[in-house]
Parts: sequence; structure tokens; C-alpha cells
Amino acid sequence: MTAPRASARLAAGLLVVLTRLVTGVRAHGPGVAELAAAGVRQRVYFANHTSHLDALVIWSTLPPAARVRTRPVAAQDYWDRPGLRRWVAVDVLNALCIPRGAQAARDALHRLDAALGAGDSLILFPEGTRGDGDALATLKPGLHRIAERHPGVDLVPVHLENLSRILPKGEVLPVPLIGRALFGVAIRLEPGEGREAFLGRARDCLLALRAQCAGGARQAGAAPCP
Amino acid sequence: MSVSFDAETLWLIGGVIALLSVASVVGWRLQRRERAGSGQGVDQDVDPSKRAAVIANLNARIRAWWVMIAVFVAALATGGIGSVVLFALLSFVALRELITLTPTRRGDHRALFWAFFVFIPVQYGFVAGGWYGMFAIFIPVYAFLFIPLRSALAGDTQDFLARTAKIQWGLMLAVYCVSHAPALLMLQIPGYEHEGAKLLLFLVVVVQLSDVLQYVFGKTLGRRPVAPTVSPNKTVEGTLYGIGAASLAGAGLWWITPFSPLGALAIALAITCAGFAGGLVLSAIKRDLGVKDFGSLIEGHGGVLDRIDSLCFAAPLYFHLVRFLYT
Repeated sequence: MTAPRASARLAAGLLVVLTRLVTGVRAHGPGVAELAAAGVRQRVYFANHTSHLDALVIWSTLPPAARVRTRPVAAQDYWDRPGLRRWVAVDVLNALCIPRGAQAARDALHRLDAALGAGDSLILFPEGTRGDGDALATLKPGLHRIAERHPGVDLVPVHLENLSRILPKGEVLPVPLIGRALFGVAIRLEPGEGREAFLGRARDCLLALRAQCAGGARQAGAAPCP
Repeated sequence: MSVSFDAETLWLIGGVIALLSVASVVGWRLQRRERAGSGQGVDQDVDPSKRAAVIANLNARIRAWWVMIAVFVAALATGGIGSVVLFALLSFVALRELITLTPTRRGDHRALFWAFFVFIPVQYGFVAGGWYGMFAIFIPVYAFLFIPLRSALAGDTQDFLARTAKIQWGLMLAVYCVSHAPALLMLQIPGYEHEGAKLLLFLVVVVQLSDVLQYVFGKTLGRRPVAPTVSPNKTVEGTLYGIGAASLAGAGLWWITPFSPLGALAIALAITCAGFAGGLVLSAIKRDLGVKDFGSLIEGHGGVLDRIDSLCFAAPLYFHLVRFLYT
């Protein structure tokens, strides 16, 4: 990884400020206490995906020390296109672009392995694409493979709330509502746990965070979720 | 509009600071007594942990008051435009808090974008420009007709009437009503030119003092709840004593206004009653949405909308009373 250019670093700082202003997001949830140590531990944040803001929001809520080592995983066909998209994704956020589709799965996993092998943390959306904000799709098996091949890496569930209302799929202009990022406690692959069981458990973690949010946390960001 | 600070304004601000200093000392002593664990002379029926929480919240509120007053005085000191910008920002944050908690649908996205980024700046532009005619009708006519049109164009008809009403009501409370406070600076009162800042100060001081006194009397003397299903903390005693005391205080401030002492009493009574109504209505909205507070921006108070709920109702009434009777 080459050192980012000054313009990209400046843009990254501006994006963090802008993201916080537009979404009002702060980190909440049972995993917040672990975030302070996020700079030293290698982690994979996996979250529900409803908006282009998702990766930015998680990235912005991380402590700065963790941010420089954390790369959003992005779809190559969408983000690695000439112009603004590539500049934001690749130059500013240092995103790891991977190809989508069954044929390219091996290539995608190799790139994830390489990044994790190099010590990077990742932000991953295991649903594979953006949803409408209501239903949570089943998780793609890539998350299980990462858990299997990198047992020392923390897998941190993150539930993002309201971002589908702030910038839904297909819209360019945001509505500045107050979003939330709920960090759960890190999980790992249990001994003898199969693929389906693990992916189901990971999905349940996201759903549990959402359920916690639906009750107490509708307090407009007041008390942090339990 | 141009506004200047005169001796009367400085006296009033000095009085507010003195009052807050007293409150800070009282809060500090209460906390020290609580920490010492003696609790002599206090009602032993009250659960100690509950009492400690109330005192901690009281001190958080007092600290937040220092910040709010500093911001408000700084805005006033810049002349008219600072006040307009401050209330525009308050409207923006209040609408944000309200819409965040209100269920809207994907089809409302564009309508909401207009509400935040077009209607708020335009409404406050009319305030800054002193264009009374457009200020008075822009939201109830143009914005209210445009919002359902934009949502209808998006094609989603599910809960259409309720969705439209929620966005309109949000604009009404958070933007239209609140904008009447800085609009006081545009009123031309014979013999009271360029003194609109004191008119605004009178509104904010009397209404917020009424809130504080209703809280204080409610916590100390309150027994019977006014509307237990809406707001368990509002009591008959707190409300009546609070409104009465704040109205008397308002009458005592007649010298900064164009009103006579009796006129100041009547107007203070009207706006404190309106303030109570605002607090009650906004509490009902919170119960409906299933939340305790609208937000967490102001320590101890909740969100911006929790703090300006009484102003939402008092500002338009005050504006039109003054405009009708004194211009």
C-alpha cells in the first residue's frame, strides 16, 4: 500500500466531517467499548447494506488510528470506473475492489486473503448488494471463508439504521436525518461450526442489534442501545 | 432590519446571567449535600437514587442553559442576521429530529429534500428580507401544496394522507412556527424602531422562564398530574404557579417593551399559556412516537425540539398579538 496523496488525505478528512454532518451518526451499541482497541486489532466489520453512505459511515465512526488500516470492500464493476467514483473509492477510501459473480468468486476471495494477510482490516457487506432497508438478505459465504482462513481476525457485526432513508438506492441527494451505527460484540467461528450455522449466527447478530434498536434506541440517539 | 444593544438589553441580559448564577450555586449545593449523604431536611419518602438522578439532571440542565444563553446572546449581538441564522439552524435541527422519528416512505425522499434544503432557507430568507406577506403564506400555501404533489409524483400511495400530514405538520411546527421568533425583528413599532431585539428577548425570557418555573414548582409542590397519559411530569400546581410567576416576571419587564405594565402582564400570560400548550402537544407527539425525548443534542434537556416546544406555540401568537396591537 502506497502512502496516500495529500489531496486524498484532505478529501478523506472532509468526507468524514461531511458524513457526520449529514447523517449525525455516532457509534452506539455493546461493541462500542471494543472500538477503542480497534486500532491495534485486525477486524472485519460486517453490516447490513442499504445506502452508498454505509461504508463511509462505518469508516467515519472508527477511531482515526483504526481508519487508516481499514478498507471498505467494494464491487469492482460499480466502483472501479473512471472518474469520481474510482477516485473516492480507490484513492480516498483505499477501497478493496473485488469482482462480483460466481465465475470471479475465487479471484475475489484471493484479494480478500491478500488484504487480510497484509494486516488490513475490512468493511464488508455480506448481503452482496444494497437492500431496501426493511429485509435483511441471507449472507454470502465469503464471510464464513474469511472466518475459516483468518481465525485471529475479529468479526464485528454492525447494524446501520436509517441510512436507507438518508440516501436510498437510486437517489443522489441526501435527506439529513439522524442515522445510527450499532456495533455488536466481535464473533468468531466456533470449533466444528458449519458454514450454514455460522452464517445464520452472523445474520442473527445483525438482527439482534436491529431489535435492540427498535425499542430503546428509537430515542433519537439518546441513550445508547444496551 | 438593524438591531442594536442598548442599556436596557444589557440590564436584562445581566439579570438572566445573575439568575443563572444563583441556579448554578443552588445546583452545586444540592449536589454537595447529596454527595455528603446527609439529605437532612429533604423528603425521606423519595427514593435516594431517584433524587440523585433528578439533581444530576438539574445540574446538566443548568450547564446547558449557560451554553444556550451564550449562543443566543452572541446571535443577538450580531444584529438581525445572527438571530435569523440561529433560528434557521434551530428549525433545521428540530425538523431533523421530528422526521427521523416519524415513519416516512421511500416516495417521500424528494419531498423531504425540498423541506430541508429549500423551504427552510426560503422561509428564513423572507424573514431576513422583512417581506411579511410571503413570510406569512409561503409555508401554509406554497410548501403545503407542493409537498403532496412531490410525493404523488413519486407514485407511492400507501398511507399517502398520513405521510403528507406528517411532513406538513413537521414543517408547521419546526419551521413556520419557530420562524415567528426572529420575525419579531421586522415589526415596525412607532417609537420603538430598531429595538426589536428586546421584543425577541422578552418572548424567549418569559417563555423559557415559565418552562423553568413550571419544572421547579412541579418538582417541589407538584401533586396532581395535569394530563397523566400525555406528560406524567406536568402537574396542576407546577403549571399554575409557573405560569403565574412567569407572567408576573413578564409584567416586571414592561420597561424593555413597548407595552404598558398591564399590557405586558396580559401578553406574558398569553404566551406562557401558549407555551404550556406547546409543551403538552409536543409531549403527545412524543408519546405517539413512543419516545421520551426528540434527541440528545442538549445535555439534560433532550433534543432541540424538547427545548423549543413551548416557543413553537408561543412565538406565532406573540408575533401576531404585537403586530395587531402595536403596529
